[in-house]
Order: sequence, then C-alpha cells, then structure tokens
Amino acid sequence: MNSEYNFAYLDEQTKRMIRRALLKGVAIPGYQVPFASREMPMPYGWGTGGVQVTAACLTPDDTLKVIDQGADDTTNAVSIRKFFEKTAGVAVSDETAKATVIQTRHRIPERDLSENQIIVYQVPIPEPLRFLEPRETETRKMHALEEYGLMHVKLYEDIARHGHIATSYAYPVMIEGRYVMDPSPIPKFDNPKMEMAALQLFGAGREQRIYAVPPYTKVVSLDFEDYPFEKGGATQGCGLCDAQDSYLDEMIMDDSGARMSVCSDSDYCRERRDAGYVGEMGVPQKTVTEDAA
Amino acid sequence: MTPLLKVENISKYYGNRLGCRNVSFDLYPGEVLGIVGESGSGKSTLLNCLAGHQEPDTGEVIFDTRVDGPKDTITMPEPERRMLSRTDWAFVHQNPRDGLRMSVSAGGNVGERLMAVGERHYGNIRSVALDWLDKVEISEDRVDDRPSEFSGGMQQRLQIARNLVTAPRLIFMDEPTGGLDVSVQARLLDLLRGLVRELGLSAVVVTHDLAVVRLLADRLMVMKDGHVVETGLTDQVLDDPQHAYTQLLVSSVLQV
Repeated sequence: MNSEYNFAYLDEQTKRMIRRALLKGVAIPGYQVPFASREMPMPYGWGTGGVQVTAACLTPDDTLKVIDQGADDTTNAVSIRKFFEKTAGVAVSDETAKATVIQTRHRIPERDLSENQIIVYQVPIPEPLRFLEPRETETRKMHALEEYGLMHVKLYEDIARHGHIATSYAYPVMIEGRYVMDPSPIPKFDNPKMEMAALQLFGAGREQRIYAVPPYTKVVSLDFEDYPFEKGGATQGCGLCDAQDSYLDEMIMDDSGARMSVCSDSDYCRERRDAGYVGEMGVPQKTVTEDAA
Repeated sequence: MTPLLKVENISKYYGNRLGCRNVSFDLYPGEVLGIVGESGSGKSTLLNCLAGHQEPDTGEVIFDTRVDGPKDTITMPEPERRMLSRTDWAFVHQNPRDGLRMSVSAGGNVGERLMAVGERHYGNIRSVALDWLDKVEISEDRVDDRPSEFSGGMQQRLQIARNLVTAPRLIFMDEPTGGLDVSVQARLLDLLRGLVRELGLSAVVVTHDLAVVRLLADRLMVMKDGHVVETGLTDQVLDDPQHAYTQLLVSSVLQV
C-alpha cells in the first residue's frame, strides 16, 4: 500500500458524506439519494460511482472482488482492483465466496451471496424514467407521488413493436412495493437474484446518485398480467463447464463463424471446472494440470 | 343541482402584471363554457389556473369530486390533484406536441392514462386504445405508428382520444382547433361536439375563434385585459353583444 494516499483514496470527510447517503439509501430502499460525487482518477462511465461507494465501505480487513460483465480479468475490473490494492492495501480475490465486498459492472455473480457480503453496482443512468420523461424535476415528482404508469408505457411499446417485452437489461424493478428502480444494466436474467442475503449498493458517479436494496428486500420485475416477466437465458450449457443455469456469453472462435457459449461469470465457471464438470468444448481439468506439470 | 366546477374570484398576477382578476363562474354537468378574448386577455392563464397547471394568487376552484363531493382543488394535496387530472379531468393543448408523447406509439399514448390508474393487462389496454382510435377516426393500422408520423389534425384527434380514455367528467381545451386548416377544423369540431353530447362531458373551451364557441359552447364568457367583460348564453352574446369590446370582437369576424 502506498502511504501517500489516505486509506481507499478518498479523504475521511468524503467517505463520511458517502456513508450518510448510503444509510439514507438503505433506510429508503430504491430511493435515489443525491450525493456530492467526487472527481476520481478515471473517466466517467468507468465506474466512478461504484468506486466511491466501495471506498466508503472498505475496511482494512475486507477482501475485495471486482468483476466486469461477470469476469475478473477484463480491463475495467483489473484497473479498479489494482486501484484499491494500491490505495487501500486490502486483500483481493477472484473467488466470490471469499470476497466481503464485490464491485460489479453489468452482472450479479451466479453463486448466492451471503449476509456478510456487500455488492456494489456501477450505474450509468440511475433514473429508470429518463428516456420517457427527460425532465428530472418531473421524474422526481413522479417517484414522490408513485406515478409509475409511464414505466408500463415503455413495456407496452416493447410488446406493440416486438410482440414481447424486449427490454433485456436494465429491466425496471419495483422495490418493496414503493420505488421503481433501475437495477443498473444487469441482464434481466439476474433480476430474480436481487432478492438476496447480501446488501446491494448502487453508485452513479456522473449522475451523483446513490441507492440501495437492503438484504431480503422484495424486488419485483415489472410486467403485464398477460405478458409476465421472463428471465430468459441460454438454452444450451456452458461450453467449458456445462452449467445449465448460468448466464452465457457467446464467443466467435474463428473466421468461419464457429461459436462457443461460456459462462460470463468466470469464477463460477472455474469453480465448476475444478469440481470436475466438463462442457462440450472443454478439456478435463486434470489433463491441464498434468500438462503444466 | 351542484355545479361540477365552481370558480370563485380567481386572480393571478405575474409580478406587477395582471394575468386575470376576480373571475367567477359556475359550470354545471353537461355544460360547455366558452371563453373568448384577444391574445393576452388572460384566458390561457385562467385555464391553467383552473386545471392546476398554475397556482392562482387568490380564489377557489371547487370541483365536485366523485368520492368526497365539492372540494377546493387549489388547496387539495398535490397527489390528489394530479390523480384528478389523469382521471376526472382532461386537458387538450393547442399544440398536440405539448399533450402527446411524440416518441411513443399512438396506442401507447392512449393507453398511458389507463396504465397510470393501474391497468396491467396488455390485451385490455390495446383493445380500449383501438376502440378510441376508431372513435376519433384514426384507422386501426396506425395504432403502432408514432404521432410524429401523423398529420396535424390526426395528432389533435389522438390527443383527444388520449385524454378521454379514462372517461373524464371535465375537459379543458386551449384553442383545440388552432393551427388547423378550416376543413380539418370543421371535422374536429364535429367530432368534439359529438363526443361532448354523447358522453355528457362538461368543458371549458378557451379560443379566439368565435365560430368554435358558436358551435360548441352553451355559455360564453368574454375577457379583456384580465377581466371578464361580458357573460351570457352564447347566441345571446354573439347576436346581441352589450359591451363595446364584445361588439368590436363580433364585428371583426371576416364574412366570407
């Protein structure tokens, strides 16, 4: 750890300010709390909100995991993990089970989270009503007065145009029967997981908003009676670990367009392969270790 | 009989400038009140104060609500007033762009109010929307088109359908035929007249077009410089104007 930085980069006053916003967010699940977002040493859109929330939550005993689209080894995840290694000196891990704080972009890990974990989401646009009602003054009033008819207009438009609800990510949810919330651009596949044991915190740096979903809060994906919410997902198993219940990424393998579907949650996939599961295109783990030896 | 809308001493100032002053009237169920006057005479200010878009400086707007009976809409809590304005009230803007969501399909526009009051069945919403499009003479195959692809007259008719879908009892109209050519105007007026009679709507229509009030309104209120200068039955006011300004207004109409 570089001692020229305050622990976790932000100064203590700023962290207290963010914690106050977090407490308010937890007290009013789904409500967007304004906070004085700081300039961070990374561009907006790279997780400045999530990083500030993580910085305010971290203690020296924490173990941090950072994922981007489910993977630990993508640029965004690697950079943020290194950032906290340098400025906070906390332990880091790729293993979901070991982490106490998980910062994520666009995914919720496949493995169930526990009560002693916190998951921090990076949020680009916190306002679910933004694209239908551009005026923030008006959308705040709509939240205050629970006027959420407009959210269903968006779903109506989907059905009218595509024959089904075509919104597949950032799918709006109703929190504890009160606030409509943007779950950040996670696939709708992950929506049912949001009723979880861990504390969920959301940070939007550019938009200067924080919101939260406390453990075991009721999270309902919006839908119509005759077009109920469907989480979707792949029909085949993961090419490497044969998981049938996991969210898959499609990879193009060569110039002739061969494809492979693999778990987007890289840790989940590794865990399964270590446990001996082998997918259609996978190589048994043992052989790999023998080769390496 | 309780008036549907009882307006008492509405005044609105913009700083030192007068918007409208001491306007009072009663509107009974099924009645259409026309408000005429030149630009800047305070008619739109008055209408906005009545519909809750602006807060008047003094006065009361007492609406006969379905549940609680007569209630002052200016002092009532905002959630309740907004609920009124998407159920029992309707507001037709002069420019359909102000009253429609231009990026949402015609069906979505009509269905919005239904969804706002809790309808959650796509099939029902869609069939009501189609039904209303039919009523305002928009063909069914345009239901998924956006209003930006519609002509001005169609947009105005769509705005009317969008407003009437929750079966409001009171409809505010601000120059509903402004900016439309005369033949389209005539058809729109015909449609409005039919709907008002058929559904037993009460309406407050603001316009500077005397022909519109002649066709639509039972009673007429003439405004000048923020004051009401003359009121009466429409035919009486137009055929036998008493106030000098009303006489000027009536005599200024171009005869074809």
